[in-house]
Amino acid sequence: MKAKMLTYTRLESPIHRLTGAVKLIFFALWSVTAMITYDTRSLLAMFLFGLVMFKISKVKFRDYSFVLYLILFFMLLNQLAVYLFSPAEGVKIYGTSHEWFHIAGRYNVTWEQLFYQFNILLKYFTVIPMALLFLLTTDPSEFAASLNRVGVSYRIAYAVSIAMRYIPDIQRDFHNISFAAQARGIDMSKKEKLGARIKNVSAVLMPLILTSLQRIETVSAAMELRAFGHGRTRTWYNARPFGKADFAALAIIVAILAGSMLLTFHDGSRFYNIFERTE
Amino acid sequence: MRKGLSIITVVAIGIGAALFVILGRFGSIPSGLPDTNIETTYAVLSLFSVLYGPIAGLLIGLIGHTLKDAIFYGSPWFSWVIASGVVGLVVGFAARSIRIHDGEFGAKQIVRFNLIQILANAVAWFVIAPVLDILIYAEPSDKVFTQGLVAGASNIVTVAVLGTLLLLAYAKTRTKQGSLTKEA
Amino acid sequence: MKKPIIEFENFGFQYRAQAAPTLQDINLTLYEGETVLIVGPSGSGKSTLAHCINGLVPFFYPGTMTGSLRIQGKEQRSLSIFQLSELVGTVLQDPDGQFVGLTVAEDIAFKLENKNVPQAEMIGKVAAAAEAVDILAQLRSSPHELSGGQKQRTTLGGVLVDDVGILLFDEPLANLDPRTGKSAIELIERIGSRPDKTVIVIEHRLEDVLHGRVDRIVVMHEGRIRADLTPGELLSSDLLAETGIREPLYITALKYAGCRITPDGRPEHIDSVRLDDGVIGKLKSWYESQDREEIPEEREAVLELEQVDFGYDADRLILRDVSLRIGQGEMVSIVGKNGAGKSTLSKLICGFHHPGRGRILFRGRDMRGDTIKERSRHIGYVMQNPNQMISKGTVFEETAFGLQVRGVSGEELKERVFAALRICGLYEFRNWPISALSFGQKKRVTIASILVMKPDVLILDEPTAGQDYRHYNEMMEFLLELNRGGITVIMITHDMHLMMEYAHRTIVLADGRKIADDRPAAILTDPAVVATANLKETSVYELARRAGVGEPKEFVRRFIAYDRRIRAR
Repeated sequence: MKAKMLTYTRLESPIHRLTGAVKLIFFALWSVTAMITYDTRSLLAMFLFGLVMFKISKVKFRDYSFVLYLILFFMLLNQLAVYLFSPAEGVKIYGTSHEWFHIAGRYNVTWEQLFYQFNILLKYFTVIPMALLFLLTTDPSEFAASLNRVGVSYRIAYAVSIAMRYIPDIQRDFHNISFAAQARGIDMSKKEKLGARIKNVSAVLMPLILTSLQRIETVSAAMELRAFGHGRTRTWYNARPFGKADFAALAIIVAILAGSMLLTFHDGSRFYNIFERTE
Repeated sequence: MRKGLSIITVVAIGIGAALFVILGRFGSIPSGLPDTNIETTYAVLSLFSVLYGPIAGLLIGLIGHTLKDAIFYGSPWFSWVIASGVVGLVVGFAARSIRIHDGEFGAKQIVRFNLIQILANAVAWFVIAPVLDILIYAEPSDKVFTQGLVAGASNIVTVAVLGTLLLLAYAKTRTKQGSLTKEA
Repeated sequence: MKKPIIEFENFGFQYRAQAAPTLQDINLTLYEGETVLIVGPSGSGKSTLAHCINGLVPFFYPGTMTGSLRIQGKEQRSLSIFQLSELVGTVLQDPDGQFVGLTVAEDIAFKLENKNVPQAEMIGKVAAAAEAVDILAQLRSSPHELSGGQKQRTTLGGVLVDDVGILLFDEPLANLDPRTGKSAIELIERIGSRPDKTVIVIEHRLEDVLHGRVDRIVVMHEGRIRADLTPGELLSSDLLAETGIREPLYITALKYAGCRITPDGRPEHIDSVRLDDGVIGKLKSWYESQDREEIPEEREAVLELEQVDFGYDADRLILRDVSLRIGQGEMVSIVGKNGAGKSTLSKLICGFHHPGRGRILFRGRDMRGDTIKERSRHIGYVMQNPNQMISKGTVFEETAFGLQVRGVSGEELKERVFAALRICGLYEFRNWPISALSFGQKKRVTIASILVMKPDVLILDEPTAGQDYRHYNEMMEFLLELNRGGITVIMITHDMHLMMEYAHRTIVLADGRKIADDRPAAILTDPAVVATANLKETSVYELARRAGVGEPKEFVRRFIAYDRRIRAR
């Protein structure tokens, strides 16, 4: 009934102490780096770096374990899908084919494919720890201020804050509305035929939408009365000034980005090739 | 709009994104076909885009999808986040030609809305999402185009049926009441 | 000597979408340092009047103004909504709508942030405002960790942080339980006692507001000012009955005893009302003329809970060892503060959750194996907010929906829907769009949409919330009629009047346990129960105590019995 969510917990660690804005920049550049590179060495180094950061942050395993299992499950599915759709993708990329064993038809297992899929896996494992870390160590209250600081307009930054503020309220509305609907015998599960199910779903969506529109009006009026949008800028109660650690973190991420790009592209290919050409 | 977005638009983006998160997590219902769900959240995204325009639609898609992925799955899947934003943006362009606030939603508007939503979903799921998947994640093209095809087709159908239903219902709440008489 | 702060002169206002003006001929002056209460039934224009003062009219709700409105000497229409926000601070009715920050501190700081106040300066101001409203300890709490009262205090803090002279409270008691409401009024009184603050309270719960100091009361009726007088004068007049506002209960009791209410008897407060020998004599003879207690009849059980435990986590139970019995044809209220387990109880009965231990019986049969849909044949559930239940366009469609889902169609469908609509007084409106209905009518539509399925038991969550006295009466008389027609009614409520006037029995939950199960008179005169359930002792009890007439508990019981007989006429 109550879905688990990733939430910030107040802890004392060097990672927690970094300002949200720096963590945001770090995470963005980190993601960009991990997206661009397919260089195994670079990914491996970043993965290890991520693990060290995780250790430093002192976040507790139980705070994210449920998401981790979910991610592992999706990743397994994705790996299977990649193989089923394209068992020779690795051969295409690396230009060689070293078959390990053959299954049936076009499905064989090559070392190139294994290495390619290992790289995909590694790519996720470089991004995911950082994403988790960002979510688990950044105070949502600081987030809007951080967005604003990195150049997002304060109106859009505040829209993000409003979204975070009202997610629990809307979740409660959603559950209450679907409770009342089900208590009237309106069923949305597989027991109903598809047509009826869609009709029944709209019986939950419509009240949810109308109450949300009502909420938009109330919240806007309340913000209007408290001078939102008055100035070209606004200050933030929870903004934090940059400290030494923040500048150090920025330097580190820029170095990682540069190093990774250098490693990746010095030979003209995005992929790191461990296979010898057998021409 | 004096300076940037109006307060109503800012709030609509926030609440719309929150709705996107909740419906993205709890609002998918089995369609009966294997591995394909009816993602009600895209019907609601389309409604909000028609109500509040392209910028709001874009931002609801981007923020909502990012938050949904982040909160429930630990890490945003950027190619699909961007695709959601594009759906909101393109459908939002229908806002000007459909004056839904006046309760106007007849056959002409239904056709117009659906043409635009088909275009929006096609661009987002048949092109943008798979191409980004290839560029960012170097995933095999067969795989990502097939996934995009399934997701796009199911979203087109969902928005065509549920999105249209919701817009019709919303339009009804806006119709001018004129002369209502009690009937014995 | 007195400095005028707000001056309406031949003022009128018409919303753009409306055919007739909502406000007409408003002439009213409010002076610095005053606390003024504006009362009136819903639709009387009192909220619009408030919106004119804070600028939501015409900036947010467009329309046409006539005449003149000056705020601190400046014409309202010459000011921007921002300039007005520097003069007037508003606390809106819905605390969740106004609480936009992610934490208490951010919400209090919201206006300062928008005015670009430097962070260092903000921190001190926020702390001071938080202290003034007694929320300093929760600065870092998010709204979901707070009670309704705490949220309201936060929004008030957000208004006080930016030193404004005029404080406007739009129905501050609407979403609060009786005890929290009482402390809200005490807080408003404390803040209003500063000589530079002018306080305007819009509310129809007169007795609760009069718990604090009120200098003047403005009575609104049909868009006009009907009267502008002191509390004592108002209570001594017939205006309350004429405009449909509930008078304080101790006043009702005094009137039943044949006492005349006059301003010099200081009737504005239960502690100040003069109880001289004449008054006491009348109360005494009234008391003695009343019957002794009648024994309620034993009823066959329709719904029973036997030692029910429930919790999402096994180690944190929300309900603990709850046993209760609802008799056929009873009208029962369930009370308890937020989080006591009231809504969980209805979810268990409807089959949304299953008890970890214990049984739930319907007419003696264990319902364990029954699905939600099967239970919905016998038990109907009506939410507090009708907007969260209504999904169809017209009254007929909405009412028919539940039956259609069950495969009923054609003539049978029509007949059953018409029958339900007739019971609810909605038959004439059957083809109306729901958006054209009032709040109370919408509520009836949701009840009709449940009644159409002919349930034996009806569970209603706060059936009278957000309704004024007239609509409260209409709704409750309607439920009473249904009840007399044989339907068992269970009401989850904070409303003490509802309990006193309509419930046969009241069940009190606290921290997941049933702590009391008795007749309303007994519940409302038990200080321990009253405190744990966040209720308030009724002023009739206090009246009896002060006058020294009879046993106060018995006095309350006789008052309730007499009051029900009078109302039944």
